[in-house]
Order: sequence, then structure tokens, then C-alpha cells
Amino acid sequence: MSNDQSTTNYRWVGKRTPRPDGVDKVTGRARYGDDMSVPGMLHCKILRSPHAHARIVSIDLSKAKALKGVKAVLTCAEIPDHPLSEPPYAPIINDMHDISRNVMAREKVLYDGHAVAAVAATSERIARAALKLIDVEYEVLPHVLDPLEAAQPGAPILNEDQFTFGDETEPKVPSNLFRSITGKRGDLEAGFAEADLIIEREFISEPVHQGYIEPLACIATTSEDGCVELWTTTQGHFVIRALCAKLLNMELAKIRVTASEIGGGFGGKNTIYGEPVAIRLSQMTGRPVRMVMTRTEVFRASGPTVGSRSKIKMGAKKDGTITAAEVDTWYQAGAFKGAPVGRAVETYFSSYKIANVRATCYDVCVNRPKVAAYRAPGAPMAAFAAEGAINELADRLGIDPIDFRLKNAVGEGDESLMGSKYGQIGLVEVLEKVKSHPHYAAPLGPNQGRGFALGYWMHGGGLSSVSAHLLDDGTVTVATGNPDIGGSRSSMRVMAAEELGIDIELIKPIVADTGSMGYSHLTAGSRTTFATGWAVVNAVREIIDKLRALAAKKWGISVDDVIWESGQAVPKKAGQDRIKPLSLKELAGMATKMGGAIAGHSEINAGGVGAAFSAQLVDVEVDPETGFVTPTRYTVVQDVGRAISPDYVEGQMQGGAVQGIGWALNEAYIYDAEGRLQNTGFLDYRMPVASDVPMIDTVLVEVPNPNHPYGVRGVGEPCLVPAPAAVANAVENAIGRTMSWLPLSPPKILQAIEELKLAAE
Amino acid sequence: MAKNFVTTTINGDEVEFASYPGQSLLDVLRSELHMTGTKNGCGSGDCGACTVVLNGRPVNACLVLGVELDGAEIETIEGMATGTKLHPLQQKFLDHAALQCGICTPGILTMAKAFLEKNPDPTESEVRYGLAGNLCRCTGYDKIVRAVLDAAADMRADG
Ligand code: FES
Ligand code: FES
Repeated sequence: MSNDQSTTNYRWVGKRTPRPDGVDKVTGRARYGDDMSVPGMLHCKILRSPHAHARIVSIDLSKAKALKGVKAVLTCAEIPDHPLSEPPYAPIINDMHDISRNVMAREKVLYDGHAVAAVAATSERIARAALKLIDVEYEVLPHVLDPLEAAQPGAPILNEDQFTFGDETEPKVPSNLFRSITGKRGDLEAGFAEADLIIEREFISEPVHQGYIEPLACIATTSEDGCVELWTTTQGHFVIRALCAKLLNMELAKIRVTASEIGGGFGGKNTIYGEPVAIRLSQMTGRPVRMVMTRTEVFRASGPTVGSRSKIKMGAKKDGTITAAEVDTWYQAGAFKGAPVGRAVETYFSSYKIANVRATCYDVCVNRPKVAAYRAPGAPMAAFAAEGAINELADRLGIDPIDFRLKNAVGEGDESLMGSKYGQIGLVEVLEKVKSHPHYAAPLGPNQGRGFALGYWMHGGGLSSVSAHLLDDGTVTVATGNPDIGGSRSSMRVMAAEELGIDIELIKPIVADTGSMGYSHLTAGSRTTFATGWAVVNAVREIIDKLRALAAKKWGISVDDVIWESGQAVPKKAGQDRIKPLSLKELAGMATKMGGAIAGHSEINAGGVGAAFSAQLVDVEVDPETGFVTPTRYTVVQDVGRAISPDYVEGQMQGGAVQGIGWALNEAYIYDAEGRLQNTGFLDYRMPVASDVPMIDTVLVEVPNPNHPYGVRGVGEPCLVPAPAAVANAVENAIGRTMSWLPLSPPKILQAIEELKLAAE
Repeated sequence: MAKNFVTTTINGDEVEFASYPGQSLLDVLRSELHMTGTKNGCGSGDCGACTVVLNGRPVNACLVLGVELDGAEIETIEGMATGTKLHPLQQKFLDHAALQCGICTPGILTMAKAFLEKNPDPTESEVRYGLAGNLCRCTGYDKIVRAVLDAAADMRADG
């Protein structure tokens, strides 16, 4: 499928190569967030609100402070306050006013699990005992969990200083609705008038947690001169440094953050929770402070993704042309603004050429934990509504769902609703691959159904820094500033080896701390192999240029007459064939004697990201007695641009699909009438286990991103986007009616089956 | 709180530790013995990241009390390789890319080893049920199941 001629010539790119961090991870040697200890460290525990919404009347710390072994106790008084940020608002809002309050509640608690106070003690047991001695007096307030209700006038108000932004009339009363974002084009009325079939549906999805297996953990060490060392599990230690410095009014250079190995993130480890608390407690005590969340705390107090309510209307002609589409979606931001509404609008209908279209998404505060990113933030819920409606249109018009999409597919030059312009994309190739896949025509058994959905995602680029060093013996270190969650060191090594023309085993990739590198943005947005990989290529090309210059000096010829080929410097002019090429190893040995050590650096702001599409086909079997759904076959077809390390590209696609199965069938936050979270462990928050799922077949379509030296697009997010919609569609197909409320748990399915029976009688 | 002295065998070595009542084996391994290869994903018996083999049976170390272990034989991930030679399961996990973040890997390897000792020639479905107590959020299990089946085949061939 690739149209890049050089594909077949690669020595390392696209091959299944061993993973540089693998051995440490199969032997238990790799050190994750909580695998570190520092002599003399104290243990921090956090007191959390038992109420969904309450005013803090008073906090009495005296008894806790008096407990033997307790070294410090803090409340919001020890965390600096910040004013509300002003418009214009960035697409991703990091408002220090909110972050300060999320880290430690100030005037009110806004969700069950909201941090209220923290203790540092000589043991975890003493810290836990001290929490019980803190007296907090609350005035309990009415709460609201649903985003539609919360946006209504008269709903309990969470943040009394929040007024809806962008209202034409200056709002006089505070609102839980922070803002809405709309993308539109064309004339909806005319578009619907043209349609032969119009459908209107409502879709609901519940918040789901990223579910990373490693809880949040960090250790802060401060010294008397004001410097801080922070060890933490994060998707971006430079971002953690920036947020901590801003929140705590510190200078950036005085905080040095080292990223531990990270036990999963999926967007959930993009921001700060316990880090500033550990830093403050360390400053107060002069001792290192360790903060590790329990699983219950992770569920109650770290951000899940948004839950959603969507009202959608779509119209199409008999021939399958979509004439108009319109949607309103309410997203739960949790306790503070910042639901991914822009990304939702970006995603809505973006795989389709529709002349008349509008999508509006509302960012609404509710008494739930502040949402965090989760793999293609904002997109899977939008795809659930849009793809659900499109599947119904195709079905009712009697058109094959893939033909229906091919008829309306976007192409090069088209734009998303937020104005992302598509370059060379692989949408048609992806759809055609699904259509010709044996899965598409395979027979289904009784009580089985087949679902299909398509997902779109625009990846991230941005800031990345890399330092590559050639060592005396011809080995190379490649340092990046991006935590490696799923094998990115492997891809960095592969690209560096390909450029240098040497064996991958000669290259050691590492993740360097914030004191050693230029700024590098998060390992998120499927950006690392794209943006940081690009910086790796630049950095090793700088090394190659220096080696060519060295060879030129040695040979007494112009550097322009030296080329780099298969790991050696070669004179390029005819008549110079008596000059013997110099290998990288030979040059490396000469370097320090002939001028100095050789390194290459790159600090970039990568643009030119490529859009990607993932199409998924899934079969399920529904047990008519219990309503239990078992996925029996699953195929993911995705345009990956170029698979640098195909093993890990497939792994991303498989993992994304299975997360989508959990989202569609099981996972949800369950609250009691008082707004207290009921399922705070893996037993009741049921993520898929090995026996719940089948093998996940993957088809890698490679339409290279022409802007990237190796054609990389990114891969981790698009594969989750269509998954819940595809599974829901399979259930619909199995039971014979539409389903619009995730998760499709057995009680909901049984009820649907009952209703169908009643209707038939 | 008074601690009790406990003598055990861990990965073949005699190990003594002091444990207070209520302290889990997981906490003993990680906090007292600094053997952090065994992971803590939940502390409530729901994720399998803390799987160790206790007297020949796989258990969740977070559900076992340290003070009960006098005379016990414990195997952890740190004892899985022989010297510097990886166990076939460890090697197959690398060959099949059966890990992404790797936090679940020590628990899954330990469980898989115990499982294959009971059932050296499992079907795909038996492997899936055998590992159903071990959560992995990254991989979708596909490559894990393949790695275990492949390791089983090799281990059978090697007797
Ligand atoms: S930590 Fe023991 S089962 Fe999760
Ligand atoms: S590899 Fe990350 S949880 Fe299994």
C-alpha cells in the first residue's frame, strides 16, 4: 500500500527488532513510580472528601499534628492560590486557579474523593492513622452528576466564580456551563430538505477510567537552597515541572524531574495530582516525601474521561449521499472546566464529506473528579453517536455500511469541522481493506451479530528535544525527553540505526530527566514516534555531518565530496577510489583527538501531522438468557502511516480495541444517591480480562505521512475511537434493535430483548 | 506496633524478615526486602500484578499476611531467570512483544509459569482462563496469549 519507494530498502524500519527496555521488564528490574525509595523518606497520605459537594466550614489539624511520627500536615493554606485565567482560552485549559483547587480543596469540596488535607509521617501506617484524627466540618450542599441537568438554570452551582463564556449577553449568574464550541458549514435547513431519510437519536456514554495498572506515585526531595528533585510516574516530566513550578511559584530550573518507568497512562498521567503536595510537605519537613495513591484513590480522585449526552440528527438521500448532520453534545468536565469539547467538534463527522453540518459541544461542570485525557480525548463518545447514526442510516436505506462510507468519504484537501486540512490520507484504502477482508463475509451463528465503525483522529506534533552522543568505541546514546510507555525507545533506536547505517545493538536509547534536555512535550496525542522520532533523525544527521567533516579533514578533501553510506564515510568523486572508506567506529575513535567529542542535538516544534483513520469489524454473541455479550472475532484496519516497529503498532491497535470493548460493555462510574462513587476497585469497575476477548486481528495500511522523514502518522489513539461504536453496532445487529446507552451491560440488553418480545406479541 | 520474626525461603535463599500483624506479603517484599519486581496494582486481589508462588501455588501477595509465612517457600519474578539466562516464558514475551508498559508482566509471567506446570499443553481458551486473574490494560492480551502458547510448545519440546 505504501507509495514511498524506499520502503523495501530499509534495514531496520518496519522490522521486528528486540526492545531495548525489554529484559528489565520481564525480570522485574525496571523501576516504576513506587519502586524507588530514598533514605529518610516520609510517607504522605491524603484525606479525601466523603461528600460530592460541601462547603468546608473548618479543619482542625491539632490532633493529627500531635500524633507521634507525624512530621507535617497541610491544607490548601500551604498551596498557593491563583486567579482565574482570562480568555482567550487555549484548546487544552490548564487554569492554575482550578489546578490549585483540584490538588487541595479550598472553599468547597466538589466531588467524592476531593483532597482536603495531607499528612507526612515516618510510616504509611502512622500517616493513615493521622488522617483519622483530622476533624473537618462540612456543610453539605446539593450535588449534580448529569451534564444536561447541570447546565440548566437552577442546578446546584459548583464554581461560583464561573460565568458562561462566549454568551452574547454578559451573564449575570454563575453557571456550570463553562463554554460551548461549535463547528459548522453550509445550510442545515436546505440540507435536511434534500434528504429522503432523516433520523434523530440520543446517545449516552458514561465516564470511564484510563485504568492504567500502576497507581500514581512520586517522591519529592527538597534541599535548603530551594532546589527540588522529583521522581514520578508521568507521561511528560517537562509538563509536570512546568505545572509544579507555576502552581508553587518556583523557578523552572530549580525543579528537576525524573520520569520513572511508567505502568500505563493512556492520557491519565498528563497532569499533576500528588506531586505538588509531596513537594510542599518535603519543603515543610526537610525530608524526602513519598506519595502513592491506592487504587481506590486513583478511581475517586484522578481524572476519568468525560461522560456524554448527545442529540444527533442526520439526513441522507436514497443513493446514500449524506445531505445534512447536526449534533449537540454535553460533556461532563468533572469539578472544573476543561472537557475536550474542541476535540469532539474536530472529530464529529470528520470522515465524511457533508455539505451542511453543525456540531456543538458543551463543557459542563458536575460533581465528579476533574476529567483527564484518555486516548483520543473526546473522540470515542462522538464517534459512538455519529457512527451509530450513520449505521442506522445505511441500514434503513439498504446500503452496505462500507459502501455508504465510501460514497461519503473525505479526501485530500477536505477539512474537518475545526479546520484541520487533510493531506494525503488513507481512508479509502482502509475501507477497501475491510471490505475485502475475509472477516467481512464470514458467516455468523445464532445470536451473533456483526458491527462496524470508522474512527478519525488528528494526531499531535509539537515540541521535542533529543541529544545523541557518539562514543569513542562507535556506540551511540540517544536521549529523549519522552517517557516510554509502550516501546517508543525501540522506535527511536530503529530510526537512529537506519540513519547511521549501523546495527541497532550499538545504540542505547534513554529517557533523560528535565535537567538534561530541552523541553519535550507529553508522550500523548500519538506524537512521540512522530515528533520525537523526527528530532532523533535530525540529531543523528548532525552527527553524520560532523563525521563527514572529520573524514574530509583526514583525507584533505572538501566535506562536500564525502557522502555517508551504510555506516561509513565514502569519498564521492571518481578517481578517489584509492581512499579507503572510514567506518563510524573508526571515525569515532579519531574524534576526540581531532577536535572533540561528537554529538547531535535537535529541538523542534513538529508540524505536518497526519490524520489517521481506523476501521473496526467485530462479531459478538449475545446470550439471550443472561444478556451477556461475548466478542468472538475482532479486526482492526488502520492507516498507520509507517510502522517503525510493527510489533508495537499492532499492540497499540489490539490494546485500543480491547479498551473499547470494556467501554462498550462493562465500564462505568457508579454513584449512590449522595453522589459517592460506589465502584472504586477493579472488582466492580470491571475491565476486560483475557477470557473476555478474542484474538484481535490487525491490518496495517501504510499510506506514509509525506511530511515525516519516515512517513510516521502516529497510532495509539485512532484505534480506540471507533471501538465502542463498533461493539455497540454488533450488539444491535445480534438482537435486532438500536442501542444508545453505554455500557451495554447485561441488564440493559435483557430489557431490550424483553421489549422486543413484548412488541412482537 | 510489635513486629514478628519470620523465616522463609525466597527464590531458594533463606530470608528472614520482621513483619507487623496485618502487613501483606506484598508489602513485606516491596518495603521490607526491597524486592520491587512484584507489583502493586490494587492491593485488593483484583489485578494479579502481585502474583507470587507460595508453597507451589500462585497467590496474590497482597492477600497473604507476612506473619503467616514462617517456613514458607516463595518464588517471585526475581527468581525466574536462571542466573543470566531468561526463562523460556520471559524470552517468548520479548520475542512476541507481549508487553507494552510492562507493569503487569512480572505477575503474568509468574502466573503463566505456574499455570504451565499444571497444564503443559493448554488450548488458547485454557490460557485465557488461566490468566483471567491478571489484568493487562495495554496489550489486549493477544500477544500475551500467543507468547504463552509458544513458550508451552518450546518447553514441551525441551522436556
Ligand atoms: S496488587 Fe494484588 S491483586 Fe492487585
Ligand atoms: S503491558 Fe501495560 S498493563 Fe500489561
